[in-house]
Amino acid sequence: MHGLINRAIQCFVRDSYGRDRWIEVTQLAELGFTDFEAMLHYDDALTWAVLDATARSLAVPRETVLEDIGTYLVSHPNVEALRRLLRFGGVSFVEFLHSLDELPDRARLAVDDLDLPRMELREYGVNAFSLTCDSGREGFGHVMMGILRTLADDYGALVFLEHQGTNNGHEVIEITLIETAFAEGRSFDLGARAG
Amino acid sequence: MILVRERGRAMQVCKDMSDVLDVICPMHLMLNETGHVIHAGPTLKKLWQDEDLACARFLEMFEVLRPRGISEMPGLLAAKGQKLHLRKRADPRSAIKGVLMPCDAINGAVVNLSFGISIMDGVRDYALSSTDFAATDLTIEMLYLIEAKSAAMEASRKLNLRLQGAMIAAEEQAFTDTLTGLKNRRAVDHILPRLIERDSGFALMQMDLDFFKAVNDTYGHAAGDEVLQHVARVLVEETRDRDCVARIGGDEFVLIFEGLTRRDQLSDIARRIIQRIEEPVTYKDAQCRISSSIGIALSTTCSPLSEEQLLANADAALYVCKDHGRAQFRFHEPESDVEQTPLPRAHGPDRAVRPH
Repeated sequence: MHGLINRAIQCFVRDSYGRDRWIEVTQLAELGFTDFEAMLHYDDALTWAVLDATARSLAVPRETVLEDIGTYLVSHPNVEALRRLLRFGGVSFVEFLHSLDELPDRARLAVDDLDLPRMELREYGVNAFSLTCDSGREGFGHVMMGILRTLADDYGALVFLEHQGTNNGHEVIEITLIETAFAEGRSFDLGARAG
Repeated sequence: MILVRERGRAMQVCKDMSDVLDVICPMHLMLNETGHVIHAGPTLKKLWQDEDLACARFLEMFEVLRPRGISEMPGLLAAKGQKLHLRKRADPRSAIKGVLMPCDAINGAVVNLSFGISIMDGVRDYALSSTDFAATDLTIEMLYLIEAKSAAMEASRKLNLRLQGAMIAAEEQAFTDTLTGLKNRRAVDHILPRLIERDSGFALMQMDLDFFKAVNDTYGHAAGDEVLQHVARVLVEETRDRDCVARIGGDEFVLIFEGLTRRDQLSDIARRIIQRIEEPVTYKDAQCRISSSIGIALSTTCSPLSEEQLLANADAALYVCKDHGRAQFRFHEPESDVEQTPLPRAHGPDRAVRPH
């Protein structure tokens, strides 16, 4: 797994629960080191071990950890750059949803060895969508749940999300858009610099 | 009557065109035959905030930097299809790129403008948002890339800093002298206490190069490095694999011979080393000549047997060599009154460096 992904998990635990909790997680996961490097690659097994250790340490299901990571990625000031990059996807939440198809390509433009699962958005009816993630193993979809929920807020939209489980390595998320202009949302200034 | 109808038709054409251009080229200007603005695209209007652009003169709004010498409308029309380098005359004096084409339907010309490479400033100065750019415009993608690359570069930069720190730490902990590949001072400090602990009898040679400074001063550090590497090769070749050969300072070396305390054997080794080091080293067109002095201390005659004492003994013997004309070796004698026969030196470099 790319170091950026592992580093994201580390920063999530550190920024939400403190450095001591992260050290505990690395010990539970028997990592043998305490810091992931964002620009290196690691064995996939390490990522899952760290996720399971985090869930054990926080006494919550793994799905909850994953969704919280998604929320963290687009709301914590320490990772403001990522929220900004995602907001470039569209001027409205619906336009943002449609930009998810090209998210893996956008990610590769930024970091060319970062492989994200393919995603496909389907529009069923007015304001009814489903997002399919080819993640191979259940997990990425839960992160997307957190990201979508938080970005909907960011755009000021009101949505209902449901993870439909995994089928043949595909995770499906049902998205129902209840209102596009529910709240004011957070501002997005094209020319601002991420802090 | 006909004139009025024609005017009405011309206005309709103008309206149809501006409706299209407002969406497809939101930074366009429609000019009449005299170069005055008939219509401005919605994004371009933002560059003049609330000012009324109707009837503003294009060449008063912008300075044409290239092609040079354009100050009248005919000149501007003559530059049709070419890339125009413009500068807004009012503050902030943004750099703008443009292209103009004459347009008979409006009896004037259409100019499309863009920020080009200064887009980041443009977006900030005029608080532009995604909707200010045409759907096909790559500006948003470019801004995305600028941010994405900055974020990725920042991560890379941090990694490089950490790797550099780790490298320095590793070098500090290393036992190897990077220039010669010999062991270093740290290695000697690591090995000596263990040998002393084992107390199996060993010899320590401390060696200084003679006339080395002259090589450095005359031919530069690259020549000096070449000489040091040559010396390192000699030392490795003249010793056994299990012996420790270390460079502990600029031109100072320490050799440790475990299990070897016989003076005749050590003398042979020291003599061979000095002889071979005296062979000139060719560096570019120069022949670098140096020699060396060696002080030898034996663990068996060292009292008390400690790292400091042993090194001090070897050092004392080395200084006797220096006092007696260099290019020789000496054993440290425990009784200071023992007079050691100086080793005859029939030859030796009378000058440190002899140019070729």
